[in-house]
Amino acid sequence: MGVGIEVSNLNAWYGTNHTLQDINLHIPANHATALIGPSGCGKSTFVRCLNRMHETNPIARVTGTVLIGGLDIYNDAKPVEIRRRVGMVFQRPNPFPTMSIYDNVAAGLKLNGYTHRRALDEIVEKSLKNSALWDEVKDDLKKKSGASLSGGQQQRLCIARALAVDPEVLLMDEPASALDPVSTSKIEDLIFQLKSQYTIVIVTHNMQQAARVAEKTGFFLNGRMVEFDSTHKIFTNPSDKRTEDYITGRFG
Amino acid sequence: MRARIRTLIDGAATGLAILSTFLVVAPLVAIFIYLVYKGAVSLNLDFFIRNPVPVGEAGGGMANAIVGSAILLAVGSLIGVPMGIGGGIFLAEFGRGTKLANAVRFTADVLNGVPSIVMGIAVYSLVVVPQGHFSAFSGGVALGIMMIPTVCRTTEEMLLMVPNAVREAALALGVPNWRSVLAITVKTASPGIITGCMLAFARVAGETAPLIFTAFGNVGWSEKLSEPIAALPLQIYVYALSPYDEWHRLAWAGALVLIVLIVLAVSLVRYVTSRGVLKGAS
Repeated sequence: MGVGIEVSNLNAWYGTNHTLQDINLHIPANHATALIGPSGCGKSTFVRCLNRMHETNPIARVTGTVLIGGLDIYNDAKPVEIRRRVGMVFQRPNPFPTMSIYDNVAAGLKLNGYTHRRALDEIVEKSLKNSALWDEVKDDLKKKSGASLSGGQQQRLCIARALAVDPEVLLMDEPASALDPVSTSKIEDLIFQLKSQYTIVIVTHNMQQAARVAEKTGFFLNGRMVEFDSTHKIFTNPSDKRTEDYITGRFG
Repeated sequence: MRARIRTLIDGAATGLAILSTFLVVAPLVAIFIYLVYKGAVSLNLDFFIRNPVPVGEAGGGMANAIVGSAILLAVGSLIGVPMGIGGGIFLAEFGRGTKLANAVRFTADVLNGVPSIVMGIAVYSLVVVPQGHFSAFSGGVALGIMMIPTVCRTTEEMLLMVPNAVREAALALGVPNWRSVLAITVKTASPGIITGCMLAFARVAGETAPLIFTAFGNVGWSEKLSEPIAALPLQIYVYALSPYDEWHRLAWAGALVLIVLIVLAVSLVRYVTSRGVLKGAS
């Protein structure tokens, strides 16, 4: 089951570049929340702060608190534990090139020392079904490399890989921006199904996509969160002039 | 008209590429053909199963040198490959940007430039003198040290070619960094790393100078690490400098065998490591 995320006074830097400034928001459990805004506004940095991937860059720094399901991820947990509870899907599909489809999905469990064969088989099948890829790959699970799939299939494989470790939150950083329209709509359908079981945070440049999949939407601009509200409100009656300018295409 | 010029330029470029390919392959083929021409006549079963015989006696072979080279290269690889790969992993994954890494990289490059005879003398004073006698072990050490820089730098370069997205994918699954490096990054780069090891192996397989003061050579059979041992390059060196026609022919045959064995060893490793590679894996 998904859990809620509570962010308070979050600041992030790359070197001297203050990329996130005083972010406060509450992301509800078992819903999809979209983050929109022009390139370089800090949306990706923000999601990378939610699973402590931001700090893998040696010049990066974070202050503030993030509570995921009540757990203070910066003070009371190790990055490795957080990342098992908070899955991530990246902009470009990044399957492990030397691994079979099966091993890609099982990687998170296997590399954390999980070896129960039959249980792994079940988890792999369930994860691939959840990511709507099972029917397309079930005959080549161990024969084909993850890198041999098409771009859209690779991205669903990456979603299956993230789901296999049974996270509570799924972060998606522009998961469909490198895909064609058919693959994009498959990913969106998937987000729609998955949000009953996981808390989903999706960064997107595509405002229709935000409107289609998310209940809540946040608008980021220059490292600040300008407005956070129900998706309907953001797209029909935003309170802030800058949000309105952005969604009506006057800039960005 | 412009289309014709383009076709001409295209043809010229293709022609140049084919010519260059030919020029690259030609020396190897020429050496090989010459070795076969000079050495094949002396190759018979005796060459592979008998030890050298004194001058004037007919027959004799290089069985001791073939086994000796195999032992020396095994010891060398046991030292050079793990140390080189370990160093490369440190440079690319853990030490990136640190002073220690820069120092290690610089040292490896200098080591790569050290003449092989100097390596022989260094190992002579570090291993042979304390031990009190020449030995197969000291020869293996010399070859192993010579392998380190090549293995280390190719490992580093191959690891740096692994896209960062692959590392991030592993970290985002909650895999600890050390495990992600070993199971994901190194595995992804392994074809290139293996090529680097094979290059280093093939290079030291033909080295003579570092063995002169270490393995020393041996006219008889020895497979002990603590005793002087024969090696193909050493045997070729001694035979080629001798005044006897029979030994010259044996030297040619030895050179041919050395090259063929190197090619066989490299191909075998490639074959073994390429099995189980999946369809579509890059």
